[in-house]
Amino acid sequence: MKRFIISPPVAALILAIVLFLLSGFLPNSYGSDVKVAIAQATNIVRLAVFLGVIAAGQTLVIISGFEGIDLSAGSIVTLTAILTYVMVKGEDNMVLLALLVSLVAGAIIGLLNGAGITFLKISPFVMTLGMAGMVTGAIIVINHGNVSGKVAPIMTELIARPLVFGIPGAIIIWLIFGVLIWLLLERTTFGKNLFAIGVNRVTAKLSGVNVTGTNLATYSLAGALAGFGGFLVVGNTGVVLIQLGQPFLFPSIAAVAVGGTLLSGGKGSYWGTMAGAIVLTLITSLLTTMQMPDSVRRMVLGATLLILISIYGRQQALRQ
Amino acid sequence: MKKRVTWDFLMARYPAFFPLILLVLSIAINLFLQPNMLDRETLNSNMRVFLPLILLAVGQAIVLLGGGIDISVGGVVSIVNTILATRVGLDGSPEKMWQFVLISLLAGALAGAINGFFIAYLRLQPIITTYATSFLYAGLALFILPNPGGGIPADISNLYRTSTPLGLPLAFYVIAILLLIWVYVSSTRYGKYLFAVGGKAEAAYETAVPVTLVQFGIYVISGFMAALAGIAITMLSGSGNAEIGGQMTLNSITAVVIGGNAFSGGIGGVAGPIMGAVTLSLIQNIISFARINTWWETLVKATIIVVALAAPGVINLIRRRRA
Repeated sequence: MKRFIISPPVAALILAIVLFLLSGFLPNSYGSDVKVAIAQATNIVRLAVFLGVIAAGQTLVIISGFEGIDLSAGSIVTLTAILTYVMVKGEDNMVLLALLVSLVAGAIIGLLNGAGITFLKISPFVMTLGMAGMVTGAIIVINHGNVSGKVAPIMTELIARPLVFGIPGAIIIWLIFGVLIWLLLERTTFGKNLFAIGVNRVTAKLSGVNVTGTNLATYSLAGALAGFGGFLVVGNTGVVLIQLGQPFLFPSIAAVAVGGTLLSGGKGSYWGTMAGAIVLTLITSLLTTMQMPDSVRRMVLGATLLILISIYGRQQALRQ
Repeated sequence: MKKRVTWDFLMARYPAFFPLILLVLSIAINLFLQPNMLDRETLNSNMRVFLPLILLAVGQAIVLLGGGIDISVGGVVSIVNTILATRVGLDGSPEKMWQFVLISLLAGALAGAINGFFIAYLRLQPIITTYATSFLYAGLALFILPNPGGGIPADISNLYRTSTPLGLPLAFYVIAILLLIWVYVSSTRYGKYLFAVGGKAEAAYETAVPVTLVQFGIYVISGFMAALAGIAITMLSGSGNAEIGGQMTLNSITAVVIGGNAFSGGIGGVAGPIMGAVTLSLIQNIISFARINTWWETLVKATIIVVALAAPGVINLIRRRRA
């Protein structure tokens, strides 16, 4: 049988470009105006940054295998967005401290996830689901539904506005971020161990990998990355609400799957997730432009996702 | 030689042993806060609220046993609710109601079959497939009934709400039937296959288990159970709302895991998840009866659930340290 070998990240990216070009034919789209088209494309990529960063942690825990998943990512995003908002209070000199606090808060929650999963043998799905409830509950207890604060001008400047050559700062941050995650996955011992425990924990342990340590580190790191996501999201929106992070949660898993990372672990890349985040953001914003009722939009999104994963999300056949 | 019944033996042999302790504990606390809890009226009014989640948890338990997961069940509940609320109507005849109950069950099984087709035959990953179809189903429900409304005849709702044959809540009979069916199914060939596939699909395939068919079957069962849950919740509320099922999916998974089934499949049964669903619902009751400050509710509930999930692991850690 003839086989076409296109790696999932490339396939997702090609798909995004084709979809975007086709969207030009839509009635209220960019039409033949190249300038508008570029602006629109840039904006979609800029919006994909937030999903992409939040999905980075998700990529790591999913690669770590053993049903790895992080359902607390959404609530961590909300938490650190609120923390940033309250701490910064519109002052530039507080931004770095707020970023640090966001990362640490996310890492602590991630560490608790990891501890429950590795030491108490709770399955990641329910452990992180319960943690999401606890974090959301803690947010409600602490702020009683209202927060006062303000994002700093420098954050809006860096995240939401064009920085150099009309490229928004968020995209530049994402590119640097992407290179760092790639280095982490492909060029460090941690990355090698991560893939090793994702493939098979027993063989990893026998070949000298510290499985417990790697697992704890993975969940902590995932929490910290979600925390960074919250910091970025609030820089973009400028306002916070209790439901801020939740809409990113399942799309972050979908972005990982669309990017070709195996949900059973051991195989995947962050480039794929980045491409997946762009495809998902593109589809969502196209559906919004088409002004369809909410019900049809949900159905089209579901069907598109199903088609996407049917193309290259298939598992190995039972007969080998 | 007499075999000593130890804690480890009970924990390993009976996955529903720990859930039973949790259930007894939550009943005791609930009884303390609400002394009339075991009265016929109160018991019935509690059980009729718990039943939809119990039905959903049983379907989810079968899926998890077979090594899958179904996060589209909430969407199926919504579809069934909207079908009944729009097609039967508040002034519909009983015949019309039962006719659409039948259609709803078929719709549920069909929705499950769609999941099963993609997962078993096209070999897509269960979590992401059912996530995609959950949009499909929730969107369809919203398409059928864009704004909350409609309903089913009051007589039929009352039948569900107030029937207590022999003084016991209707839900008890449903649970008994479910358990009997499970006892039968787990002794059949399909039951054995289910555990084999959930344990390790590749190994099951090597030993000539029809893995694809078993995997397809668990999603059809799950869709069917979700339709039953949808019928129950519609009879409970008497009205239609396309978002009614949305919150139930994750609860059903939590219920199954509190019920002692392994998330990775192959270990557990149906009795544990039923107890898990009741425990989860009782926790909600306890929180409302304990007059906890509203701001604290979410945190307290989540903490209790995490503690309940963590308890077996903590006990094992302590025991191992002592040994």
